[in-house]
Amino acid sequence: MSEAAVELVSPGGQTTNPHGSVETPLAVQGVTVSYGEKPAVFSVDASIPAESMTAIIGPNGAGKSTLLKAVLGIVPRLSGSVTVFGEPFTRARHRVAYVPQRASVDWDFPTRVIDVVMMGLFRELGLLKLVRREHHKTALACLERVGMVDFAHRQIGQLSGGQQQRVFLARALAQNADLYLLDEPFAGVDAATERAIIDVLKSLKTDKRTVVCVHHDLATVADHFDHVLLINVRKMAEGPVATTFTGENLQKTYGGRLATAHIDQLNLSAA
Amino acid sequence: MSGFLDMALMPFAFPFMQQAFIISVLIAAPMALLSCFLILKGWSLMGDAVSHAVLPGVVIAYIIGIPFAIGAFVAGMTCVVGIGYLKENSRVKEDTIMGVVFSGMFGLGLLLYTKIQTEVHLDHILFGDMLGVTWGDITQTGIIALFVCAAILLFRRDLLLNAFDPQHAKAIGLPVRVLHYGLLAILSLTIVAALTAVGIILAIALLIGPGAVAFLLVRRFDRMLLVSLAVALFASFFGVYLSFFIDSAPAPTIVLLMTGMFLVAFVYTLRRNAREDAAREVDSRELGVGR
Repeated sequence: MSEAAVELVSPGGQTTNPHGSVETPLAVQGVTVSYGEKPAVFSVDASIPAESMTAIIGPNGAGKSTLLKAVLGIVPRLSGSVTVFGEPFTRARHRVAYVPQRASVDWDFPTRVIDVVMMGLFRELGLLKLVRREHHKTALACLERVGMVDFAHRQIGQLSGGQQQRVFLARALAQNADLYLLDEPFAGVDAATERAIIDVLKSLKTDKRTVVCVHHDLATVADHFDHVLLINVRKMAEGPVATTFTGENLQKTYGGRLATAHIDQLNLSAA
Repeated sequence: MSGFLDMALMPFAFPFMQQAFIISVLIAAPMALLSCFLILKGWSLMGDAVSHAVLPGVVIAYIIGIPFAIGAFVAGMTCVVGIGYLKENSRVKEDTIMGVVFSGMFGLGLLLYTKIQTEVHLDHILFGDMLGVTWGDITQTGIIALFVCAAILLFRRDLLLNAFDPQHAKAIGLPVRVLHYGLLAILSLTIVAALTAVGIILAIALLIGPGAVAFLLVRRFDRMLLVSLAVALFASFFGVYLSFFIDSAPAPTIVLLMTGMFLVAFVYTLRRNAREDAAREVDSRELGVGR
């Protein structure tokens, strides 16, 4: 079949290679990062399946955030490689959107909600960085998706924590990426925000995008995610939630820090 | 009445005053724009460091017979690159490193100055000599001011994004190192431009004051740039003007005016915030009753 040799591009922007299999959105091989003498992430391999929602879980200080930052080139890798849709990250960065931890920026900054969302359109603004009507409309549409359109002209310091998190998500939506990397998007947010964020992430998945979240709440892993990566400096386990999110793997990852009683309450897969 | 007008216009009659007005307004513009970025990045001490660090550059330029501006710029860049290198290769915090580097360079400058006989007064380097500026100084300051303002306005979104969220900037592929050292190069240039007029010690006031006042008063970056510009131009112009009547040096008068404006803005925002809090409380109470 001659058509089989033609590259197909689906509406979500997924590239299908000639063999008909979908390119892996994110593949990490042997990534090691070190801030001092002790490695924060040691030789981690991971392969995130297309159109999945993946949770990266592990105890505090396990290197979850660091792994995301190493993927994005925010912190330098000592070794290892990162490929995004089959290409090195630097060549595919326009297909990736990142939502950093909310506490990583100064919310007292003199800027409005809409201006922050507009930062997601940065590469479309051209050399002179002129904001046109269409950019404004896109930014408002992204705010609409996270339920924050009424706050577009507020100064960002006037928002609650959950609202700030939604603004960050709206900025990522404005980037119209195929791979979304989120660092603890549910940390310290109210229930309404958690609901709103989950709805947006699920709509991204429906739209054939891939979502990866650093996640801290073990109780909701099974509800929201379909793929899971457990790390504690090294990779402990990776696979579908149905087969990998088990008490045994959690015990291995968290060690003594997770009481057995706690594990019993989780919605775990049968080992 | 005409006597009063004559009196009011008198400062403009003297050539040295005209030149002082021109140069003070010329340095106010780049200082004001740059000031906003320094405030938002928490770089006040960096401004202080660079301005002190240019001293050895000025003295060495005198010794080897090159323009002061070149020596000062090279010294300023040596300072920022040195701070960057030491920070990346040690556990010591950045403010500590800045203190070590700039006091060292300032000390070296003073030592060199006392060892050689120069015709330049140390006072003029440290505190400026606004009433003694030449048209050559004005031309040089004007060119630098134009360049600095153009660069800041052209790259203001890049610089702003990098100041607000450096991780996002890095992730989307902005050249963050170029932006970092570019801004520091602009800082060094601006201090060079201000050298003859306000000197290295008082330059820091112009680098911090306008942005600080603007940050207190407004909550949008574009407006912050405008308010900062207005504050710097006002303080510079009336500082020179007032100094004529109270028979003081212009540069410290400008600095004092700026400090005064900061205090007024501070008191104003305290009262404004109290009013807003009260209004919000009434709002929520009414909402509570309504339900």
